[in-house]
Amino acid sequence: MNSLFTPLSWNDTGFILTGILNTIYISVVAISIGTFLGVIVGFARVESNKYTNMLIGSFLDILRSVPLIIQLILFTTYIGVMGYPLNPFIAGSIVLSLYTMAFMSEVFRGGFESVHQSMRTASRSLGLTYWQTVRYIRLPIGIKVVFPSWLGVALSVIKDSALVSVIGYMELLRTSEQLISRTQQPLEILIGVGIFYFIISYPLSLYGKYVERQMTV
Amino acid sequence: MIKIKGVYKSFGDLEVLKGIDLEVNRGEVISVIGGSGSGKSTLLYCINAIEKIQKGKIFVDDVDVHAKETNQDKLRQKLGMVFQQWNSFPHLTVLENAALAPQIVLKMSRDEAMEVAQKELKHVGLEDKFDVYPTRMSGGQQQRLAIARALAMKPNYMLFDEVTSALDPELVGEVLDTLRLLRDDGMTMITVTHEISFAREVSDKVAFFHEGVIEELGTPEQVLENPQQERTQQFLSKVLH
Repeated sequence: MNSLFTPLSWNDTGFILTGILNTIYISVVAISIGTFLGVIVGFARVESNKYTNMLIGSFLDILRSVPLIIQLILFTTYIGVMGYPLNPFIAGSIVLSLYTMAFMSEVFRGGFESVHQSMRTASRSLGLTYWQTVRYIRLPIGIKVVFPSWLGVALSVIKDSALVSVIGYMELLRTSEQLISRTQQPLEILIGVGIFYFIISYPLSLYGKYVERQMTV
Repeated sequence: MIKIKGVYKSFGDLEVLKGIDLEVNRGEVISVIGGSGSGKSTLLYCINAIEKIQKGKIFVDDVDVHAKETNQDKLRQKLGMVFQQWNSFPHLTVLENAALAPQIVLKMSRDEAMEVAQKELKHVGLEDKFDVYPTRMSGGQQQRLAIARALAMKPNYMLFDEVTSALDPELVGEVLDTLRLLRDDGMTMITVTHEISFAREVSDKVAFFHEGVIEELGTPEQVLENPQQERTQQFLSKVLH
């Protein structure tokens, strides 16, 4: 049969797998960097004065309020125009990491605020210095207490990573779009992709709820 | 020895301490009593350099606590403090709670720190709780943990800030028993307390605070049985009935 379109076959497995791995890859990168920066920014917000706080806050508000897809296109376009063309993975990682950081910093700020002054005083009274108190008391308690919220943000980042397809990164959604244009089987492919995101997200969100119930902190 | 000389402390416009003089010798137990807002807890915070003072001097073993060149982190190693709220570290087990500061601050090895922690925990009767998380324990147990945690630093002095005030009545006894134990060990202690009968029993001296000054200071017999000042008499007649 001579057709313009070739149907989905087992030969496409490798291609789809590349998409899945790239989705996981960029998500892990964005969540790791976003978490790391989020801890620092969240802590800085708890410790800084009103004006510094407002400054950081408004920058974060922009990152949180402008739709991710617009940030991706704007960043990629302008960084290219300015003479620093970046490959889609790097550009996508930068934007997605900063976007993740904006949400993570609020999560961790809440966690650090939950460690009350009296707890810090108790730690200092044992002879721990300011930074020892940060390192051994405030960070571990603050981070542990927000784990379920952290997981929630991480899950939405995995799903948001699909938007990086608009700048040409070959993650799961983009590979499936290419398959759709070749096979003209959008229903099967998109349902399959949807199931993949569900399989990753749902057990993790169940786990988050479980941890929340178990929490002693 | 702790020497407090002419200490003034204010929070903004509010004067909390207005010229406090007090000396605590090694091995002495001093109880500080008085109404709320009289400045008695603030004094402990100033001894520990958690709060700054505006005037006067405090010496701990001849070190000027509030002098610029004093390393206050180092000073606090000698001054154990237990608070009204027990402030257990919720992410650590009971044993780790008590071993943390020896390990981090005194740079003991993990094994050494654990050994010290175990000894102090046994001393306060928590030998069966080593691997429990403190949030699973009663307030009285957590307060005893706070005491053991402070003792693990081998302090020369212990400061107790209303350590039984936040406890359910049936748990007060076990914490007071622990304080009696420390007194019998010869620990130098300043206890801010509302437990008048406890103060009478354990103290070498009792100081009655009123509106930021020490209104009366003396042996428990002098201050509690036979107070000379009208304020002391009024206070005692209120709390003892």
